[in-house]
Amino acid sequence: MITTIIQRAVMQGTPLLFGSTGEILTEKSGHLNLGIPGIMYVGAISGVAGSFLYEQSVAQINPLLAVIIPLICSLVGSTLMGLIYCFLTVSLRANQNVTGLALTTFGIGIGNFFGGSLIKLVDTDIPSIALSKTSNCFKTQLPFADNLGWFGDIFLSYGFLVYVAIIVALISSHILNKTRVGLHLRAVGESPETADAAGINVTKYKYLSTCIGSAIAGLGGLYYVMDYANGVWSNNGFGDRGWLSIALVIFSVWRPSISILGSMLFGFLYVIPTYIPGISVSAKKLFEMLPYVVTIIVLIITSMRDKKENQPPAALGLPYFREER
Amino acid sequence: MKKLNKLYFSALSGSFGHIVKRDELPWWKSWLIRVVSVILALIVCGFVTVSLTDLNPIEMYITMVEGAIGTSRLTWNLFQNTAILLCVALAVTPAFKMKFWNIGAEGQILIGGFATAACMIFLEGKISEPLLIPLMLVLSIIAGAIWGLVPAYFKTRFNSNETLFTLMMNYVAIQIVAYYTLEWSMPKGSGTPRTLDYGQLPVLFGQKYLVNILVVALLTVLVYIYLKYSKQGYEISVVGESEKTARYIGINVKKVVLRTMAISGALCGVAGFLLVAGTDHSLKSDTSGGRGFTAIMVSWLAKFNPIFMILTSLLIVFLQKGASKISEVYRLNSSFADIITGIIIFFIIGSEFFINYKIKLNKKEGNV
Amino acid sequence: MEQNIALELKNITKTFGKVVANKNVSLKVRKGEILSILGENGSGKTTLMNMVSGIYFPDSGQIFADGKEIVIASPKDAFDHKIGMIHQHFKLVDVFSAAENIVLGLEDEKGFDMPCYIEKIKEITEQYGFELDPYKKIYEMSVSEKQTVEIVKVLFRGADILILDEPTAVLTPQETVKLFKVLRNMREDGKAIIIITHKLHEVLSLSDNVAVLRKGEYIGTVKTAETNEAQLTEMMVGKKISLNIERSEPENVSDRLVVENINCVDREGIKLLDNVSFSARSGEILGIAGIAGSGQRELLEAIAGLQHLDGGSIIYNNPKTGESENLRDKTPLEIRQMGVRLAFVPEDRLGMGLVGNMDIIDNMMLRSYKKGKSVFLQRKKPKSLAEEIIERLEVVTPSAYTPVRRLSGGNVQKILVGREIASSPTVLMAAYPVRGLDINSSYTIYNLLNEQKKKGVAVIFVGEDLDVLVELCDRIMVIGSGRITGIVDGRNTTKEEIGILMTKSADNEQNGGEQ
Repeated sequence: MITTIIQRAVMQGTPLLFGSTGEILTEKSGHLNLGIPGIMYVGAISGVAGSFLYEQSVAQINPLLAVIIPLICSLVGSTLMGLIYCFLTVSLRANQNVTGLALTTFGIGIGNFFGGSLIKLVDTDIPSIALSKTSNCFKTQLPFADNLGWFGDIFLSYGFLVYVAIIVALISSHILNKTRVGLHLRAVGESPETADAAGINVTKYKYLSTCIGSAIAGLGGLYYVMDYANGVWSNNGFGDRGWLSIALVIFSVWRPSISILGSMLFGFLYVIPTYIPGISVSAKKLFEMLPYVVTIIVLIITSMRDKKENQPPAALGLPYFREER
Repeated sequence: MKKLNKLYFSALSGSFGHIVKRDELPWWKSWLIRVVSVILALIVCGFVTVSLTDLNPIEMYITMVEGAIGTSRLTWNLFQNTAILLCVALAVTPAFKMKFWNIGAEGQILIGGFATAACMIFLEGKISEPLLIPLMLVLSIIAGAIWGLVPAYFKTRFNSNETLFTLMMNYVAIQIVAYYTLEWSMPKGSGTPRTLDYGQLPVLFGQKYLVNILVVALLTVLVYIYLKYSKQGYEISVVGESEKTARYIGINVKKVVLRTMAISGALCGVAGFLLVAGTDHSLKSDTSGGRGFTAIMVSWLAKFNPIFMILTSLLIVFLQKGASKISEVYRLNSSFADIITGIIIFFIIGSEFFINYKIKLNKKEGNV
Repeated sequence: MEQNIALELKNITKTFGKVVANKNVSLKVRKGEILSILGENGSGKTTLMNMVSGIYFPDSGQIFADGKEIVIASPKDAFDHKIGMIHQHFKLVDVFSAAENIVLGLEDEKGFDMPCYIEKIKEITEQYGFELDPYKKIYEMSVSEKQTVEIVKVLFRGADILILDEPTAVLTPQETVKLFKVLRNMREDGKAIIIITHKLHEVLSLSDNVAVLRKGEYIGTVKTAETNEAQLTEMMVGKKISLNIERSEPENVSDRLVVENINCVDREGIKLLDNVSFSARSGEILGIAGIAGSGQRELLEAIAGLQHLDGGSIIYNNPKTGESENLRDKTPLEIRQMGVRLAFVPEDRLGMGLVGNMDIIDNMMLRSYKKGKSVFLQRKKPKSLAEEIIERLEVVTPSAYTPVRRLSGGNVQKILVGREIASSPTVLMAAYPVRGLDINSSYTIYNLLNEQKKKGVAVIFVGEDLDVLVELCDRIMVIGSGRITGIVDGRNTTKEEIGILMTKSADNEQNGGEQ
C-alpha cells in the first residue's frame, strides 16, 4: 500500500512541480505571474486539441508523433500566453496582478471552452474527448519497471513527463545557481537598476524567463490530462492545481530543487485521506486545505526569520523602467 | 497587435525611440483612448466569435444585448450580478488605494457567507428573522474582517508578502466551506448543498434582488464618501502615496493598514452575506464564483473610483451575460464568456500605457 | 602632447534646462597620478564626472583618452575606454556575494567559471591591499566593504582610470586611512585616479594635483605641493558676493529649543550625530552649514520626532505656558498634542513634505486634517488657505485643484513653506529651502523666513550656499561628520571661516562642539 501511496503522491505532485518550476523562473525575473493557473489550462487544452486532431486524422497512430504533436502544441499554446503577459506587463508596464488574474480568467475560459466545444467545432460523432491511445503513449513505463519489485514501482513506473518534470527542475536549479544566465536573471529580479547598470538587457531576460516559465508550467497541464487523467478532458478537472503551484513556490522558498520534494509532499497530503480508514468525504476537504496552511506557515516563518536568501525576489511585482535623464 | 508588438520591441531595444512619461492628458483624451480600446477589443471579440460560430458580428452583438437585458428577468439578473461584483470591488478598493494588494477577497467573501449560512442553520426557528438577519450581517462582517486582518497583521509585524498571503487565505476559506457544505448537505454527505430557508432577505416590491441592489447602492455612496471626505479615507490616500509623508505628519501607518484591511475584509463579508442570504440561499465552495478576482480588475479599471466602478462592473457583467447567451444559442461552452472578458480586459489594461506614456522618436546622433 | 596623459577634458559644457551645470571645463589627469576635484555642493563635480562615465552626454566639448578623442555615450563605452566610476550610491545586489556582484554583467567567452573569477579577485585585492571576502554577502557588509566591492568591480573590468565620487563621505577615519593606502598603491601601479571631494585635508594629504570647480565653472588646477588650505578655500568659495538679503536685529531673544548631547547611530554603527548640543532662540535665524550628509537631516528629523536618538535631550520652552518639555523620542503626533507648534520643511519636498498626486488643497490639509471631532474632512479652511498662499506667494498654478506634482520646483516649495508657516509655528525648521529655486522664488523664501523671525519664531535654516548663510543668518552653526565644529556670529564671520570649519572632520579637530 505504501508503494501505491507514493506512486499516487508523485503523480499528484508532478503537475505542481511543472507549475512551480515555471513560476519560480518567472518570479526570479521579478514578475509575479498570477496567470499560471490559466496558462496550465491552456497548456493542457492545446495538447488535447493537437492530439485530438491527430487521432481523428489517422487510423493508426504513430506513438512517437502521438507524443510529439501534443507536446509541441502545448508548448506553443502556453508560450503564447506567456507572451501576452510579457507584452502587457513588461512592454506596456501594466499592473502585474491585474494582468495575471485576467490571464487566468482568459486561460481557464479557453481551456473549458475548447474542452467543451472541440467536438462540436470539428463536427464528429464521438461522444466525448477520450484520448486513450495518446494517453497510453504518454504513460509508457520504463521497460524494466515491472521486474524490479517495489523499487521499480516507486522509481520507474511513471510516464516520461514525470522524469521530465524532475529533470527540468534540476536543470533550472543549476541554471539559476551555477551559470551566468542564472546570475543575471537573479540580478534582474533583485535589483533591475543594478542589472541595467551592469549592462544586462533587463527586458530580454524578463521576456525569456516568463515565456520559458510559462511553457514549463503548461506541461503541468499536459501531464495532468494525458497521463493522470488518462486522456479524458473534463471541464475544471484540473481544479486549483495552478494556485497550488504558486503556493509551492513559496513553500520551496524559490528553489526548484526544494520544489521537487515539496511537490511530492503536497501530492502526499492530497492523496493521504483516501488511505485513512473511516475518513468521511467532508474531512477530505479539510485535508486538502493542508498544503495552503503549510504554505502560510512557511511564509510567516520566512518573514519572521528575515533571512535575505529566503525572501521573495526584492523587485517582485514592481515594474521597472529606466529613469529618464 | 502584431504590428504594435514589433513597434514596441524596436522601441525597447532603443533603436527606434524611447518611452517617456507624459504629462497628464485632459480627461476627455484619456477616456477617448479607453473607449477606442474597448471598441478595438469588441472588434477582436467579433472576429473570434465569427470564426467559432456562423454569426455575423452585428447579429452577435444583438444576441449579446438580448442575453443581457432581453427580458426583465434577465435585466434584474444583470443588476443583481453587477451589484454583488460592485460590492466586492468596493471592498478591495480601500486596500488598493493604500497599495496593499488584497487578492484574498474570494476567501473573505466565502468566510462571510459561511458565517451567514451558519446562523441560518443553527438559529433556524430559535430567534425571529428580524433579529436573525442583522445578526447574520454582523457576524459576516466580523468573519470577513478577521480574514482580512490576519494577513495585515503579519504584514505590519513581519512584513510578510501580502499578495501571496491573501492568495493562500482564499484556499483555506474555500476548503473550510467545502467541508461544511458536505457536512450540512441534505441528506448529509450527498453533496447537494442545503437550501437555507430561514433568514432569507425580504422580497421588496416583488423583486427578489432589490434588497441586494439597494444595499450595494448605499455602500457605493458610503465608500465614495469614506474615501473622499472622511479623515480615515484621507489617511489611506496618504499612506498609499507615500509612507514617508504619512510618518512625517504623524500618521500611525500600522494602525491604518490594519484598520483598512479590516474594512476591506468586512465589506467582502457583506458581499458573502448578500450572496448567501439574498441570492443563492445556499452555500457552496464556489459561491463567490471568482468575483474576488474579477473585482480587482473592476476596481483597477475604474481607477479606484467607486462611481466609475458602477460602469466597469456593469460592463464586465454585461459581457459575461451576453457571451453566455451566445454560447447558449450556439451550444458553445459557457466559458466563452471568460474568453471575451479576458480579451476586453487585456485591451483596457494595455490602453493605460498610451494614457501614461508616449514614445519619443530618437533623433539621429551622427557620432554614435 | 604629453605622452602619459590618461584622460583629458576640453571645454566641456552641460546644461539642464536653464541651469548651467558645467561651463567650459578643461581637465587633465596623468597615469600614476591622483587628481582631486574640489568644490562645494552643487559646483558641478559629479555632473562632470558623470559625463566621463557615460551617464550624461556633454552638450559641447571633447574628451580624449590616451591622446585620442573618444565618444562616451553609455557606461559601456566608458568601460571600453577603461574608465570606471564608483558612485556615491552603490549599485549592488544585496543577496549576492561580493564575487557575484563583481562579475555581474560580464560577457566572457570562456564560460562561467566562478573559482577562476574568485582567484582573479583575490589577485586584485592582494595586489592593492584591499580587505575583501569574495564569498561575503552584500547585506552583511559595512559601507566601507561595499565600497571596496565597487572599486574591485571596476578594477576587475580592467579600468585604468578610476573616478571616485565622495569616497570618504561614508567612511570612518580608520577606513579612510585604509582607502587612501589602497589608492596610493594603485597610483604606484600607474592608474589614473580622480577623486571628487570637498574635504581639504584629504586633498592635501592624498592628491598630486587639485582642480577646483565653483558653481559649474572651472577655476583652475594647482599642484598640491604648492598650495595650502587658505588658497584652496578661497578658490572654492570665491570672493564674497553681495546678495542684499535683508537682516533685522533679533528682538526678545530667548532659548526656545535647547538640544543637549544628542547622539544617533545608524544600523551599521556609524555615528550620524555625535554629542550635538546647541540652542535655537526665538526671534533669530540659526543657520546650519555643512557638507551634505554630515548629519543635518538626522538632526532636523530628530527634533521633528522622526529619528530615534541614543542619548541626550531636546528641551522645548513653551512661550505660552512657560513650561519646559523634553521632545526626545516623541512621535510627531505626540509633539503636536503637547502643544508644540513645530514647522518642518524637509529636504525631500515631494517625497515627504507633500503628496505629489494630491491637489494643493489636500496638501494643505496634511498638517491640520485631524483637527476637530468630526470624522469628515473640513476642506473649507484648507481651500481658503490654499487660495491665500497662491495669491500671497504668487504661486503659478492652473488652480487650487492641481496636483502639486505638476507644479515647478519653486511653486512646490512655496506651497510647502506656506503651509508650514500657516500653522503659526514657534519653531520653524527648513532644510535646503531654496535648492533648485530661481532667484525670485529664493527671495520670496528668505522674506518668509525673516517675517517669521520678526514674529518671534525660532528659525533653523539648513543651507548650502555660504553667501546666503552669511547674509541671512544671525548665528551659523557648522556641522561636520555629525559633530558641531563651531558656532559663529553671522554678522562677523566670513565664508572662509565657515569653509574651514566645514572641512574639519572628526580626526583632525579636537576643540569643536562646546561653544
